[in-house]
Amino acid sequence: MTDNTDSPTTSEFDRRSFILMAGAAGTAMVPLTARAAGTPAEAAAAPDASAPVNVTLRVNGASQSISIDPRTTLLDALREHIGLTGSKKGCDHGQCGACTVLIDGRRVVSCLTLALAAEGQQILTIEGLAKNGKLHPMQQAFIDQDAFQCGYCTPGQIVSAVACVTEGHANSDDNIREYMSGNICRCAAYPNIVAAVKQAAPAILSDQQKG
Amino acid sequence: MRPFAYQRATDPSSAVQALAAAAPANDPLTVAAIQPLAGGTTLVDLMKLDVMRPSTLVDINPLAGMWSAIDAGGGNLRLGALARMSDVAANPDVQRNYPVVADSLKLAASPQLRNMATLGGNVLQRTRCTYFRDVSFSNCNKRIPGSGCAALDGANRSHAVLGTSEQCIATYPGDFAQALIALDAAVEITGKSGVRSLPFDQLHKQPGNSPQIETILAPGELISAFRIPGQWPRSVYLKARDRQSYEFALASAAVALDVQDGIVRDARVALGGVATVPWRAREAEALLKGRKFDENLASRAAEAAFAGGKPRRHNAFKIALGQRVVARALHQAAAMEV
Repeated sequence: MTDNTDSPTTSEFDRRSFILMAGAAGTAMVPLTARAAGTPAEAAAAPDASAPVNVTLRVNGASQSISIDPRTTLLDALREHIGLTGSKKGCDHGQCGACTVLIDGRRVVSCLTLALAAEGQQILTIEGLAKNGKLHPMQQAFIDQDAFQCGYCTPGQIVSAVACVTEGHANSDDNIREYMSGNICRCAAYPNIVAAVKQAAPAILSDQQKG
Repeated sequence: MRPFAYQRATDPSSAVQALAAAAPANDPLTVAAIQPLAGGTTLVDLMKLDVMRPSTLVDINPLAGMWSAIDAGGGNLRLGALARMSDVAANPDVQRNYPVVADSLKLAASPQLRNMATLGGNVLQRTRCTYFRDVSFSNCNKRIPGSGCAALDGANRSHAVLGTSEQCIATYPGDFAQALIALDAAVEITGKSGVRSLPFDQLHKQPGNSPQIETILAPGELISAFRIPGQWPRSVYLKARDRQSYEFALASAAVALDVQDGIVRDARVALGGVATVPWRAREAEALLKGRKFDENLASRAAEAAFAGGKPRRHNAFKIALGQRVVARALHQAAAMEV
């Protein structure tokens, strides 16, 4: 159902991908309606609005073609259809930041982003940060600074922190706190998160300058 | 979430055609079956809560190429309605000549939400009233006209003290609209018959007997831009809230001053977090104009701003807090080096 053959996360046959495949087989007989995305806006509302539509998302550099209910958020598309469960569902209402991903380099909450509306854009999730088996400097900094306890908010914190640095907002402790305020940590690892952002910032900015 | 059909607008004309389709003219826009989708930070949230129940979404993000420009040329400011909050807040011209605009955007929501939310959607943001957002409460005139208002005798600490009615005391939650209303902005509205422009202070409607009607927008109309005449380098947005960041205002003030030789030539004061709509405090402005600015004048203006305030059981503190916010914002604006 997806062509993410270069992604080790979903090519492994684990419990999650088994459930995903079983679910897909169970719905394979549902006829797809005409694809809503891209049709002219004056088209009348489809009689069966919840019929699955095909969408191709560009996630961590790979194209993912999935068939989804139009109501599916980007977060649910990533977690339930593409098998990338790093982005977390906390509040599911844009209040906690656990689902933060980058779209075209900008951090957004994927729980309030409709997957259909993200078509054609570059989506980067926590799974896309490490390169060649080496952790991203922000991931390493979170480990070095012990910037989490339970870890549930951590993927969102790390993705958000990367953007905080590239936006140029990691230039003081106060600014880091202000520009990381969209990511709630109920374990209150905040001082360590600030330390991690400060640790990783020079390496990220230097990479950014090299392009 | 209820099922909906998703359509993608390709240009403004197809967008307004799609939005106007099958919409009775007397239907409040807030319950229209066809809703525009921009940043989605209010709409998708309220659809998940079953507060908004559109059957069709028209994604207007493809219009961003035409409707998101920030133009600060010629001594005025024009902001496309699909500009994202974060981009406008970070714009050097806006920061320099309209700090009240930049700060109202910067102090709102979170970095993620500001990257998503558009200016047009932001001014149409729905209230955070718990009785509105939680459909398990059966009394909400905004959601179910005629059902009553649970907030009148409920937990109303966050509710409005200005512009209220016996039908609704829900607070207008935004920040940016206060900057717009203070600076005499105009709102540009695109509909089937073309573009019309009107003063921003006519966009929102006080609840009165019809809290479900929040703006003068008709079905099929979209906000396409905002225009601010002149420049206001001596301007401030001050926001008091329960936590330092990522929280709605308990009381806020958008203030702009033109001071020459210590005398206030022009003054603009708008209030947030305390009123049912973006609120212009013209009584305060009248008091300030033509007078020498000092501490006493700022206090009197702040008192005047809340002269008509009607507190409820839990929100009386907002009057004292709001007055202090206005006075402090005036001081900060007067002290700015411009």
